Amino acid sequence: MRSVSIIGIGQTPVAEHWNRSLRDLAVEATLAAIRDAGVERIDALFVGNMASGLLCQQENIAALIADYAGLRGIEAIKVEAACASGGAVVRAAHLAVASGAHEVVVAVGVEKMTDVGIDGVTSALATAADADYEAAQGVTFTALNALLMRLYMERHGYRRADFAPFVVAAHENARANPNAMFREPVTVEDFLESPLVAEPISILDSAPICDGAAAVVLCPTERAREFTQRPVRILASATATDTIALAPRKDPLWFDAAYASAHRAYQQANLSPADVDFFELHDAFTIVSALSLEAACFAERGQGVRFALDCNIHRGGKLPVCTQGGLKARGHPVGASGTYQIVEAAQQLRGEAGENQLRDCHVAMAQSIGGMASVAVTHILGV
Amino acid sequence: MELPRYHRLRPTFYRLEASRCTACGQIHFPPRDLCLTCGSAANQPLQLSGRGRIVSFTRLWQPARGFHDLAGGVTALVELQEGINVTAQLTDVNPERVAVGQEVEMVVRRLLSDAERGPIVYGYKFRPVLKTHQAVEAS
Repeated sequence: MRSVSIIGIGQTPVAEHWNRSLRDLAVEATLAAIRDAGVERIDALFVGNMASGLLCQQENIAALIADYAGLRGIEAIKVEAACASGGAVVRAAHLAVASGAHEVVVAVGVEKMTDVGIDGVTSALATAADADYEAAQGVTFTALNALLMRLYMERHGYRRADFAPFVVAAHENARANPNAMFREPVTVEDFLESPLVAEPISILDSAPICDGAAAVVLCPTERAREFTQRPVRILASATATDTIALAPRKDPLWFDAAYASAHRAYQQANLSPADVDFFELHDAFTIVSALSLEAACFAERGQGVRFALDCNIHRGGKLPVCTQGGLKARGHPVGASGTYQIVEAAQQLRGEAGENQLRDCHVAMAQSIGGMASVAVTHILGV
Repeated sequence: MELPRYHRLRPTFYRLEASRCTACGQIHFPPRDLCLTCGSAANQPLQLSGRGRIVSFTRLWQPARGFHDLAGGVTALVELQEGINVTAQLTDVNPERVAVGQEVEMVVRRLLSDAERGPIVYGYKFRPVLKTHQAVEAS
């Protein structure tokens, strides 16, 4: 396997794009990434997407996007791993280049969620859970996370307010991100007063329904400087899985897929958690942020919320997280979020993160979690 | 839900039929062919007691399509007497009075009924253990 680097990045703003379709968004991000890389020829296109069939009545979207992005004729396939599709597509593209099968490839993550009503989105997202034993019982995705959040609060003695730092920090970071959906600050009081979706999860614990696309161009590291002066190297790329349903797990509060993929990534990169300068984590719900910090070994079990309360996650903290607003405030177009994480991590490592630029950062971790943490994709990037 | 799928799900939906590992004895619900713990054949059939206690719960305000009558209802993670967990709706319960640790029992109730076509789907839900049951067992 050869080393692979990111030579181009592109993204659309995350928003409710009433006038733009799935193909419009994917094409914009793809062309932006190709332009940024300055490449003439693309060998293959990988499209990350969770639910275009249910949300847009469109499958076969890899061919669709290749067609509309002026890439007709190339190899193109869709990669699906629920809410981790955006990370999984970078993993697939990475494998294609690392194996020597392709030289220059594009990975684009896209989701168009606002063409159906909220119950349609809720049902589409529920397909990431166990269809027979969760979704068919009326157990939504938010409900599963709510079961975890209450269990976590009971077991470790936290209050709802203790989860607020994840949300306050995400909105603070989104303020200076021109592509973020929510650029206004929220306070602890806003958090506590926000309406409940599935007790104890409120609307402000949850990432929003939205549209967006993000893309990266990859090539072998040895060729990266032919195209750019600021390549970002993929030091590790690893995926792992867990049971599809929550109930069969020995400890529901342990995200084993997130742990295993992070562990494999640390091994591949020959790095430890202490070497990571910032962490683009999967903050779909505040409880997921806490459990993700624990699974990736940045906090002990039960200490993920404490880690945030102790002001470690802000810019300038011990481990800044979600430096451009994360899923919560940049937005969570599900199949695109994992690719946004990679794009934003590359921005930081290239020194192009604007007001949100971290000082002296060289190693980034991005982790995309799908379903009820039944799949997780972890990347470590470096310059 | 389409009829073939519902037909296939009757043993678990109506009777909580599970499977047990032939090597290590681990119980699985829903049943699975391979044991999650040891990888051996787990195809020994077993019917669960349907009795357990609430490990965690949530009151759902934003149900999925087809489940509108669940708004304000309670979804729970239930640990069964056999030591395994199941996620399900609670029924016959005051949502304000649900608590972790509360004892519950399985009943068959309507799960889904507003489909444009297809059957009314019945399946397991859990309700607080009736006091009369407890009295009979105690006597």
